[in-house]
Amino acid sequence: MTEEIIIAGFGGQGVLSMGKILAYSGIMQDQEVSWMPSYGPEMRGGTANVTVIVSDERISSPILNFYDTAIILNQQSMDKFESTVKPGGLLLYDPNGITRHPERKDINIYAIEGARLAAEMGNTKIFNMIVLGAYLKLKPIVKLENVILGLKKSLPERYHKLIPMNEAALKAGMENPQEMVSA
Amino acid sequence: MDIKDIVKEENLVYKKTPLMTNNVLSYCPGCGHGTAHRIVMEVLEELGAQAETIGVAPVGCSVLAYEFMNIDMIQAAHGRAPAVATGIKRCYPDKYVFTYQGDGDLAAIGTAETIHACNRGENFTIIFINNGIYGMTGGQMAPTTLKGMKTSTSPYGRDLGSMGNPLKITELVAQLPGTYFVTRQAVHTPAAVRKTKKAVRKAFDLQKENKGLCFIEIVSNCNSGWKMSPVKANQWMVENMFPFYPMGDVKVDGQLVIKG
Amino acid sequence: MGELKLMKGNEAIAEAAIREGVDAYFGYPITPQSEVIEYLMMEKPEERTGMVVLQAESELAAINMVYGAAAAGKKVFTSSSSPGISLYQEGISYIAGAELPCVIANVVRGGPGLGTIQPSQADYFQTVKGGGHGDYRLLTLAPASVQEMADFIELGFELAYKYKNPVMILSDGMIGQMMEKVELKEQKPRWTDQEINEMNGSWAAIGKPETRERNIITSLDLDSAKMEQHNHHLQAKYRKMESDEVRFETFNTDDAEYLIVAYGSSARIAQKSLALARAKGIKAGLFRPITLYPFPMKALAELAPLLKGILSVEMSAGQMIEDIKLAVECNVRVEHFGRYGGIIHSPEEVLEALEQKIIGG
Ligand SMILES: Cc1ncc(C[n+]2csc(CCOP(=O)(O)OP(=O)(O)O)c2C)c(N)n1
Repeated sequence: MTEEIIIAGFGGQGVLSMGKILAYSGIMQDQEVSWMPSYGPEMRGGTANVTVIVSDERISSPILNFYDTAIILNQQSMDKFESTVKPGGLLLYDPNGITRHPERKDINIYAIEGARLAAEMGNTKIFNMIVLGAYLKLKPIVKLENVILGLKKSLPERYHKLIPMNEAALKAGMENPQEMVSA
Repeated sequence: MDIKDIVKEENLVYKKTPLMTNNVLSYCPGCGHGTAHRIVMEVLEELGAQAETIGVAPVGCSVLAYEFMNIDMIQAAHGRAPAVATGIKRCYPDKYVFTYQGDGDLAAIGTAETIHACNRGENFTIIFINNGIYGMTGGQMAPTTLKGMKTSTSPYGRDLGSMGNPLKITELVAQLPGTYFVTRQAVHTPAAVRKTKKAVRKAFDLQKENKGLCFIEIVSNCNSGWKMSPVKANQWMVENMFPFYPMGDVKVDGQLVIKG
Repeated sequence: MGELKLMKGNEAIAEAAIREGVDAYFGYPITPQSEVIEYLMMEKPEERTGMVVLQAESELAAINMVYGAAAAGKKVFTSSSSPGISLYQEGISYIAGAELPCVIANVVRGGPGLGTIQPSQADYFQTVKGGGHGDYRLLTLAPASVQEMADFIELGFELAYKYKNPVMILSDGMIGQMMEKVELKEQKPRWTDQEINEMNGSWAAIGKPETRERNIITSLDLDSAKMEQHNHHLQAKYRKMESDEVRFETFNTDDAEYLIVAYGSSARIAQKSLALARAKGIKAGLFRPITLYPFPMKALAELAPLLKGILSVEMSAGQMIEDIKLAVECNVRVEHFGRYGGIIHSPEEVLEALEQKIIGG
């Protein structure tokens, strides 16, 4: 199994940390992982993306042109990455703030109302965990228990009290991906 | 009333100087760099000096100053702006030359160039933006970082024993015979902006008179690097930076100002 | 198995330095490697092992702090990125001339000048052909993974002390910024003063006891005849490195008709290109130099007769290709491919270059 993922959105949406938690979850179940961010003097509100690869084998290139899954959280990223999903691959996006919805017919497209659900749950910071939950429902490449272990590993000790809230967010995400049929 | 009724020539109270380009500033909202740029450019506009001015941009957040300042500019290596400016001014003694530098650029890696340009009394102007941190590279400790201040390379607060003391480079260069006018200002309020602009104007006038090096420190903020909202950052600056870096002239007409 | 962690290359090299028992780190912030000093400061190594960590006022100062600590027999590490490494060159030349051990990491970014903060491999010439003045060589290790960023600290110090020579770990923004699984070694104790005296007392400037002559650390000799002798000695040392320290890795070279040569990040990308090529039935192989100096001349020369062509892949305008051409003495066609100025080539682009420049060309 090799899963090649791009996660893209605004800086501050938790794009990088979602990727990090996913990568850590892979390590928890003895898989190989890589996490390659876009980096730079990202101003507030600038775009951020990260390529995550989870595999049973040694990972070659951590930088890719095409992905099994694209998780897309803003319009710029939609414009940039819709075309990079491999045929038959998955595009998961949050429709909040999206003005042009995906149009491809040869990939599986799902929406997750992450921003809305996070607001309803009273904490915008868990947005990325809701999206991650939806992704794992669609592609259960790592087990929920390993995600929790991954969270423990990637969060500093003083934040461990936040884990139950993150777990609730993951579960909320798992219940809510909506299949979209492109027009 | 429609917006068109308001936006009319006769209602104009303020206009961007044509010496600022139309490029969108790359600075974080709330940062002082943009205001400092504008002041320098407004002074050059008043002097009608666009054609006779050469600016030197540093390495730091203002590395792209040439994108915003509508004059001929040269981008220098980290810390070397005063040497580059020396090269220009010595070849064009009648032009206005200035450097625009951050605290890391001017008071860490470029200390030697700063001190020697000041000591030689080079006839150019140094605009020094002191925000107490390395903004560009993501908030590391600067030579001007205050005692106990947290940065990414002083995550437990600046420890004077192992990391040294915050450097008052402005007071230091004021000691040198080559400096003529040395002052410390800010740009966080309209009143401060007006004062700073006066100081900048004075520095360029003195440059025309070949009086020696004029050095203007502008104590500023870095809300991103300090991890504060813009308003909070300015408050913090007033409460913490100003007591250590007091406002006002340090040297006037070649004479140290004695504060009593 | 040691402790497994998900770390950036920059963090892994910093943690490895603490665990290696390094005595001192001196550096100056620069993207894309500031995480090295940030990680060290966060970890409080002065409490963990007694390691000294200092943010210098400039790279000029940092490399001379390294010179001082190395001259005093201490294990010292520093890191920077291209523009900072350019400022290190004077110090590196002195360190090589005075024959001092130390490990330096360059997390390369695109140039020339201030350039870009994105990854690049354009500092190859600077690293393996000189950089500073004089006839000296830097033992150069090129990691291709976060694991190797950590591992090359230990190997680097081993080689640095074996040859009393500076060792360069040449990575780039991609290896520095990416996170991978890394297995960390156990904490080694730092050398005690007595151990330093026993190991380095014959040359290091640590205070002259009655029982020995003075130890002087210098690269100067006004007597040219003696300077020539010193250079002879350095050259003999470099020849020994060239015969004993070559390291490389090969993939699918047994039946290869076409060879990609790539190091560091480019080798990782090329591995994927290799898989894509094999899937298309192209008999391609990959040769990855791990030491860039000494360059694996002999191993490449031995492969050459079996090959129809070689593609050198680097994130530069073509630097390592000169060494490949020297190695194969132009008996095989060698072409260069690479994106640069901060752009990373994709596996597909590398494959396309192989097909167009080598197979079709
Ligand atoms: C030789 C060299 N070393 C380090 C750097 C990395 N660098 C870029 S900007 C900067 C510090 C800038 O801080 P400051 O001068 O205080 O300006 P600010 O960004 O806060 O406005 C550093 C260390 C570099 N570009 N070149």
